[in-house]
Amino acid sequence: MVTGTEVGGAASSPPLTLKSRLRRSIGPDLDGYYFILPTVIIVFCLILYPFCLAVYYSMSNAFIGEETHFIGLENFHYIIFEDDIFMMTVRNTLLFAVISVVFKTVLGLLCALLLLRIIKLRRFLRGAMLLPFVAPTALTTLGWWLILDPTYSHINWIFEHVWPFSVLDVGPYNFLGEPTLALGAVIFVNVWRGLPFFIITILAGLVSIPDHLYEAAEIDGASIMDKFWKITLPLLRPVLAVIILFSTIFTLGEFNIIYVLTRGGPMNETHLFATYSFTAGVLNHEIGLGAAIALFLFPILVVTVILLLRLVRRDSQYEL
Amino acid sequence: MASIKLTNLWKHYGDVQAVRGINLDIGHNEFVALVGPSGCGKTTTLRMIAGLEDITGGEIEIGENVVNEVPPKDRDIAMVFQNYALYPHMSVYQNMSFGLKIRKTPKEEIDKRVQMAAEILNISELLERRPAQLSGGQRQRVAMGRAIVRDPVVFLFDEPLSNLDAKLRVQMRTEIKKIHQRVQTTVVYVTHDQVEAMTLADRIVVMNEGVIEQVGTPNEMYSSPKTHFVASFIGSPSMNFMNCQLAKTAGGLAVRLSDDLSLPVPEDRTARYAPYADKEMTFGIRPEHVTEKRPHANGAQQDIDANVNVLEPMGVDTMVFFNLGPTEICARAEPTSVSEVGETMGFTVSMDKMHLIDPSTGAVV
Repeated sequence: MVTGTEVGGAASSPPLTLKSRLRRSIGPDLDGYYFILPTVIIVFCLILYPFCLAVYYSMSNAFIGEETHFIGLENFHYIIFEDDIFMMTVRNTLLFAVISVVFKTVLGLLCALLLLRIIKLRRFLRGAMLLPFVAPTALTTLGWWLILDPTYSHINWIFEHVWPFSVLDVGPYNFLGEPTLALGAVIFVNVWRGLPFFIITILAGLVSIPDHLYEAAEIDGASIMDKFWKITLPLLRPVLAVIILFSTIFTLGEFNIIYVLTRGGPMNETHLFATYSFTAGVLNHEIGLGAAIALFLFPILVVTVILLLRLVRRDSQYEL
Repeated sequence: MASIKLTNLWKHYGDVQAVRGINLDIGHNEFVALVGPSGCGKTTTLRMIAGLEDITGGEIEIGENVVNEVPPKDRDIAMVFQNYALYPHMSVYQNMSFGLKIRKTPKEEIDKRVQMAAEILNISELLERRPAQLSGGQRQRVAMGRAIVRDPVVFLFDEPLSNLDAKLRVQMRTEIKKIHQRVQTTVVYVTHDQVEAMTLADRIVVMNEGVIEQVGTPNEMYSSPKTHFVASFIGSPSMNFMNCQLAKTAGGLAVRLSDDLSLPVPEDRTARYAPYADKEMTFGIRPEHVTEKRPHANGAQQDIDANVNVLEPMGVDTMVFFNLGPTEICARAEPTSVSEVGETMGFTVSMDKMHLIDPSTGAVV
C-alpha cells in the first residue's frame, strides 16, 4: 500500500540505480495498476485492436470469402492515383464538412442570440429547438427523403401549385438526382440536424457572459455591433472552438444522412469517406480497399483536432 | 457644469416600487454618497442616473439637459461596478482604453490618458496583464482607471469596495478620496457601509424603502438625524434606543425610562420638547455619549450606576453593555476605567446629546 514513509523515502534516497529509477517512474507500489487494468483491457479490446486490425486490412487484399495477403501500400496507391471516385470523395467530404460547419456556426449563433432575447414561450422554444437533434437520424432523414425525392417531392408540388411559384414556372427540380443539388441537399439536411446542438451550446455560452460586462460596454459607448464583436464573440470563442471541433469530427465521418438520402449517388457525386468505404468494403466485398479509404480520414481528423485544440487552449481561461 | 438633478423620480418593477418619488440636487464636483440597507433603492437610483435602467416617472438632469431618453453612452458618465466588470479577454491597457477606442480617440491621446491614469492609480506595471492575473485591489484600480481615462463629467460608483477585504477597503477608501481631490468631478457613490459614506462624501443621502430619509453633510447626519432610521443607521456602534415617557417635573421635563429611573432633559431643550410632554416617546443616545463616570462639563450630564453585562474591548475604547431600565444599552468607556462583568459601574450620560423620537411618525423631534 502507499504509505507516507515510502513516498518521503523516494524523495530523499540519493543513489539512482536503474531499478530505483524504474521504481520511481512506476510509483511506490504496483497496486494502482491493478485498478486501471479493466479499463486498459477494455480500451485494448474495443479501440486498439480493431484499429490495428483496420490498419492491417488497409494493407491487405482482404476480400470476403478469399484468403488475405499482405500487399503493402498498394491499396493506397490505387485510391490515390487510379480511383477517380476516391478523389471525388475527398473533395465532397471537405466541401460537405466545411460548408456544413460554417452554416451551423453562423446560423447557430444567430438563433442563439435570438433565443436569448425571447422571453415569451422561452422554455417551449428552447425545447422544440432540440427536436431534430433527439429524433433518430435515420427516421428524420427518411422524412427529408420524402420531401426531396423527385417523385413525391413536397417542394416540387409547392412550386407547381402554389402562387407565386406556379406563375413563375420554377422547377421541378431533381433534388437528389443532380450532382450539385444533391450535395446541397445532404448539406442542408446535415445542417438541419446539427443546428440544435450548436444553438443550445452557444446559448449556454451566451448565458454565462455576465450582464455587467455589457453594461460597462454600454457606458463605455459601445454600439450593439461593438458589443457583439468585442465582447460576445471573444468570450464565446472557447465554446465555439469546442463545438466546431466536435462538429467537424462528426461531419467528416457522416454516414446516415448520405446513405438514406442518396447512397452516394448520383454517379458517386455525394460519396463521403464513410459511405464510399462502406460501398467498397461491404457492398463490393473489397474489405482491404474499404479499410484504406476509411483510414484516409484519420490524418485529416488528427490535423483538424490539433489545430482546433490549439485554438481552444490559447484563450479559454477567462474568469467571468 | 455637471450638476445632477433628480425630480420626483420613480421606478417600478411590476408591482414593486423600488424608488418612490425622490428629489435630489447634486452640485458640480460634489461627492455624494447614497447610503441605505439592501433594497432601499440606492443602486436603482444610480443605475437610472447611468441610463442602465428605464425611468418609470420623473426626470433626471445632468448639467442642463434632461437625460431621461439619452442612452448611457451619450450621458458623459463613467461607472465603477461592484464586481468591476472588467473585460476578461482584454489586457488592463485594453480595458482602460476600450471606451476611448470606441469613441475613435487618436492613438497618442489614448496612450497619454491611459499612462496618466495608470500613474495616478499606481498600476503602470500591470498594463499588459489580464484581469484574471490581478488581485482584488488591483482590479478595483483598473475599474477606476477605466473611468478616469474617459474624463467624464460624472463618476458613478456602485458599491465599489464591497468585494474587498476589510483592510484593503479602508486603504482604497482613502485612495478614492485622494483621486477625487485630484480629478475634480461630480461623484455619486452608492454604498451600504455608512462609514464609507461618512468618510468619503461631501453630502450623504440616506435612503430607505425607496425614499430619501435625509440629505446632509456627514456631521449633520451624525449630530442631528431627522428620523429614527437615520439615527439608527448612521454611527457605529449604532445609537441606543429606549422607550420612555416624557414626564413633567418641577424643574421642567424628564425622560422616564422606568418607575425608578428618570433623566432630566437639559433646560435649553425644554421648550422644544414641551408639546410632547406626557407622551410615550423613544429616547435615543449614542454609545459615545454614555461614558464612564466623568467630571461634568456642564449641567446636562447625569450620573447613573448599573451592573455590567458584557464587555467588548476595541483597543482605544471598550464597549460596555448594561441595562438602563428594561433595555440593554451600549456605552463607550475608557478601557482602564471599566469594571468587571457583573460588577457595578458608574456612567455619565450626556443628555445634551440626546435625541427624542416620536414613535408614531418616526421623526426626531
